[in-house]
Amino acid sequence: MGKRDRLSGNEAIAIALRQINPDVFPAFPITPSTEIPQYFASFVANGQVDTEFIPVESEHSSMSAAIGASAAGARSLTATSSCGLAYMWEELYIAASNRLPLALALVNRALSGPININCDHSDSMGARDAGWIQIYAENNQEAYDNMVQAFRISEHKDVRLPIMICQDGFITSHAVENMELLEDEQVKEFVGEYEPENYLLNPDCPMAVGPYSITDYYMEAKRNQAEGMKHVEEVVLKVAREFAEISGREYGLFEAYCMEDAEYAVVMLGSAAGTTKDAIDALRAQGEKAGLLKLRLYRPFPAEAIAEALSGVKAVAVMDRAEGYTNHGGPLGADVMSALYRARSKALAVNYIYGLGGRDVRVEDMEGVFAVLKQIARDGDAGETYRYLGIRE
Amino acid sequence: MSNLTEIRWHGRGGQGAKTAALLLADVAFQTGKYVQGFPEYGPERMGAPITAYNRISDTQIRVHSNIYDPQYVVVVDESLLEAVDVTSGLKKDGAILINTSRPKEEIIPHLKGYEGKVYTIDAHKVSMAAMGKYFPNTPLLAAIVKVAEVMDEDTFLREMRASFSHKFASKPEVIDGNMEALKMALEEVR
Repeated sequence: MGKRDRLSGNEAIAIALRQINPDVFPAFPITPSTEIPQYFASFVANGQVDTEFIPVESEHSSMSAAIGASAAGARSLTATSSCGLAYMWEELYIAASNRLPLALALVNRALSGPININCDHSDSMGARDAGWIQIYAENNQEAYDNMVQAFRISEHKDVRLPIMICQDGFITSHAVENMELLEDEQVKEFVGEYEPENYLLNPDCPMAVGPYSITDYYMEAKRNQAEGMKHVEEVVLKVAREFAEISGREYGLFEAYCMEDAEYAVVMLGSAAGTTKDAIDALRAQGEKAGLLKLRLYRPFPAEAIAEALSGVKAVAVMDRAEGYTNHGGPLGADVMSALYRARSKALAVNYIYGLGGRDVRVEDMEGVFAVLKQIARDGDAGETYRYLGIRE
Repeated sequence: MSNLTEIRWHGRGGQGAKTAALLLADVAFQTGKYVQGFPEYGPERMGAPITAYNRISDTQIRVHSNIYDPQYVVVVDESLLEAVDVTSGLKKDGAILINTSRPKEEIIPHLKGYEGKVYTIDAHKVSMAAMGKYFPNTPLLAAIVKVAEVMDEDTFLREMRASFSHKFASKPEVIDGNMEALKMALEEVR
């Protein structure tokens, strides 16, 4: 069935895209996502795909071109990181508000400044309210699998929203790891042909995309956009079930690791979740009831399911790889704590900022977080809820 | 996780430490292992110190941090002995492999009292003799495979030929030189 291989995260995404063979791929390079269009350009040159590959002069243009192609009825995508995503800001909202199903392979990197090329989630977290679906990966396998599932979610008629497939810059994008690839035919069949309902190049049904909307209609348009988001959870689960049938790999809205009887839990996104699993195994061997909730789907935010998964824990640490500058924590912390509040949770919660600009996260660091949670549960007091992991004061 | 081997590479930008780490991951993968090979980038410029890492295991590798307590360290450029704490965290029952033309006795005093095994290889000599150019990473790759007993030499050479044939598909004339450098390095490391 699957083909055993060892690839970097960027290679894995590029191969998924070769197997998907999209119609249009406009691209502008930026570290650490540059290799994705670079590998893909070689597939184009070698005739392995028939994609229209458009080298453009900026990320503003790459997203604009992807939007134009999607509006015309093509399956399109691009890739970027950090400041490249920032430069797409205006277009991110345009893609979502026009209900255009397209994909962005995002390789997470810190935003400037100070200027830094390494991983954190400040780029995608800043775009969390843009109306895009966001899915995160722990490792190269997940990045690949999420990319294969992306268009099925994005193009679903109940959704029709753009999707961001995120992985951690350098930590997975430039690390070679073992993984399993699907056969080209399997991916082709799974993703299927894109058959847009309404599109600009349909002479039988002339339409406008992105017109001016006066006060009378703007709010209803935004409300309709939110309606699309409401269907995402269900579609993500449906696509995941079908994906499991061809791959044997199961995905949900999140992964609950050792959560059945967990008293202390960490909630996080991305590659540090793997490191946290090793910490949990070490703690479990000592009889500690530690668990992990690794979010896969971050936008929309599956608040009820997350609160349910955390319903048995005494203390929880929400880990943010981005600052929120609210003076009380980061974006994931705000989302999770709001979910807990709405579920009338009694869990004591703290919010850590960690791993900014590529600051390494070790197994010992995560063991330390669980030790703090145990202390919090014992004291019955969360203390300062806004914390930094491994900072030199 | 007693079956886990962790290797840290210290080189300078442009010397191919990252490529060597990726090639090592590649060749270990071919023997059925779980692998990781990844670089740690500082300032991206020629000559700046860089670090690269390998994990090789019989079971799935989930940790995504750098390596602080390696079994093995490879020093691609001996000038780093003064600039970087290359033996930091290095396990006593492990080993350090240094690219140098100097005798071991002259190197050991620079290792901050490291008590484990010390291996050296003159990668410059090997590289110039086998390839006519200085690519230290090819001889060092063979040397660390031998020192860390990653796999037997025949399997290593067979897998590397396949790997080079793929990597150098557009310039096959360099394959024999690289293979010669690997074979020489397996003899020269001491």
